[in-house]
Amino acid sequence: MAQVLPAERDLRRVIGDADGAGDRQVEGLGEQELLELYRSMVQLRTYDERSVVYHSQGRIGTYAIFWNHEAMQAGAFHALEDEDWIFPSYRESAIGLLRGMPPATVLSWWRGHPAGWWNPDDYRVASICVPIATHVPHAAGLAWGKKLKGERAAAIVFFGDGATSEGAFHEGANFAGVTGAPLILFCNNNGWAISTPVEAQTRAQTLADKAAGYGMPGVRVDGTDVLACFEATHEAVRRARNGEGPTLIEAVSYRVAPHATADDPSAYVDVERVEEARKHECVGRFEGYLRRAGILHDDLATSIRAEAAEAMREAIKTAEAEPPADVELLFANAYVDPPASFGSDLDELRGTLG
Amino acid sequence: MPELSYREAVRDALSRAMRDDEDVFIMGEDIAEMGGSMGVTQGLVDEFGPERVRNTPISEMALAGAAIGAAMQGMRPVAEIMYEDFLTLATEQIVNQAAKHRYMSGGQVTVPVTFRTQGGAGWSPGAQHAQQLESWFVHIPGLKVVFASTPTDVRGLLWSSIYDDNPVVFFEHRTLYGIKEDVPDELEPIPLGQARTHRRGEDVTVIATGRLVHEALAAAKEAEQEGISVEVVDPRTLLPLDEEALISSVKKTNRCVVAHEAVVRGGFGAEVAAVIQYSAFDWLDAPIERVGAKFSPLPFAPVMEEFVVPHAGDVLNAIRRTVGRTDGN
Repeated sequence: MAQVLPAERDLRRVIGDADGAGDRQVEGLGEQELLELYRSMVQLRTYDERSVVYHSQGRIGTYAIFWNHEAMQAGAFHALEDEDWIFPSYRESAIGLLRGMPPATVLSWWRGHPAGWWNPDDYRVASICVPIATHVPHAAGLAWGKKLKGERAAAIVFFGDGATSEGAFHEGANFAGVTGAPLILFCNNNGWAISTPVEAQTRAQTLADKAAGYGMPGVRVDGTDVLACFEATHEAVRRARNGEGPTLIEAVSYRVAPHATADDPSAYVDVERVEEARKHECVGRFEGYLRRAGILHDDLATSIRAEAAEAMREAIKTAEAEPPADVELLFANAYVDPPASFGSDLDELRGTLG
Repeated sequence: MPELSYREAVRDALSRAMRDDEDVFIMGEDIAEMGGSMGVTQGLVDEFGPERVRNTPISEMALAGAAIGAAMQGMRPVAEIMYEDFLTLATEQIVNQAAKHRYMSGGQVTVPVTFRTQGGAGWSPGAQHAQQLESWFVHIPGLKVVFASTPTDVRGLLWSSIYDDNPVVFFEHRTLYGIKEDVPDELEPIPLGQARTHRRGEDVTVIATGRLVHEALAAAKEAEQEGISVEVVDPRTLLPLDEEALISSVKKTNRCVVAHEAVVRGGFGAEVAAVIQYSAFDWLDAPIERVGAKFSPLPFAPVMEEFVVPHAGDVLNAIRRTVGRTDGN
């Protein structure tokens, strides 16, 4: 039996700005790839910032903010190939954008409009499960299925630090370990599950430590270092494809935004630490790296941002131009073959609406 | 016509489906070499190998969830939950996940998974290994719920459940595994949502599920001696329910007894009684009788268990009450 080493404790980093450590290069990432990574981060950042505005304007519903988590999402995403499956939590609601999903689709999802229903097969992005960690077993099952079918694809599942306290996380991770599923368990440890700090979530010193119990490697990365997130995921994907089974990645940051638009974190977070962390937010950090490497300059940065902003302006227009949903949808999709009672319920609804 | 036990009939449906279709596989606790805690899957690992007859860790949530993940990819998993009491450990996945994915994706995700499980009293396993919990799942839009009572039915219904594109919770009864019946060589799929009339009668309709179908048939024989003609109908599929078959039977007999092993209160019989009284109110000559377990956890002591769960005698007494007779007179 292969030996499982203790999980890593030190955060892996590639970008070296915070304490004077030097920048590293990542194998396989040339200038084009680095700029693509940057474009993805800006796309996500713009989506997130505009969504908070749209929420305050009453144009979308309650929204789960992911500001400063773009590094984890874009970094992990770029380590995948097109055939690999993504199981997002609500925190990664817009990750489909990186696979070409129109932002209007995701906005419609947050507007509760049927135009927000994407077909997971089209993007290899699963539907979002809002109960915590419940999608971890799904991802384990899908990844195991890929292995059984002899396909090359792997899967990645995103979840937060709080999710590691759920039974579904444990069962899903253990299941993936036992079946040797090609799965990457990507934990966004931003220190908070709504108002519960990670210290109140577990007495484990790190969440990556849990990996040893499932017989898989546990890796810790700086969650605001997009290249570290990329590199760790890339390595995990390679292991998965080689038949070496799952990997647990713990990406660490300090949550600088509210849990969601319905939350006021000032009652519980360390406000000074938030201020400090915001100074080193992940898009700016990567921008610094690219500028030091001479890859990014002002004009290019401006045009990438303008492109992302324009896409969002179009997207909200498209989402708001959707016609009201047909009420029949309330009953149409729960079954492949709806039972007869749905018909009389629908008649009643149509009668009520007049 | 081969004679098959209820247990062999389940196995026959599973092995035929796996033989015909590579997308079908089974997973559960101790289902491989051991053949399942009830011996249902005995021998299947020899034919299909350990990947298609997959032993899982003791993780009901994970095995139910993994089955959903596999089903989303076009597989037709049959996930065995060893005892239906353990459905509680997988309920999140069945109720919030399997039942909702199609709805929440606007019909774009289908979850053709079958959750097989078994339960039932009569062998003194105590409070946590013999409950009948089918009514919980009848409450959930997005699920189908099946409860088979004979070898022929269990085989044909399981086949249809495996090939149904909706998630199905499939209940088997522990004490029925040994009952035998001649079944056709060819497996005939039984459509979900179709009741079966086991016995025709004129005076009282007994609508029964699972083990109580057999108790009801025994009670019907006794009643016949007393000059009461009893019709026995098994809905077989609890969701969707073949309301038409039940209503038309009661409109003919004007009296109705609903019988299941589960606790009476909040049981499936309450739903049936509501359906009947609403659609056949003017045809009813007596209040609808409900027969089921007493409102108690199942006792470990055999004599007490016997007292708590219903038997043919309880069905017979209910039949007598609907025709205005007291016990035995």
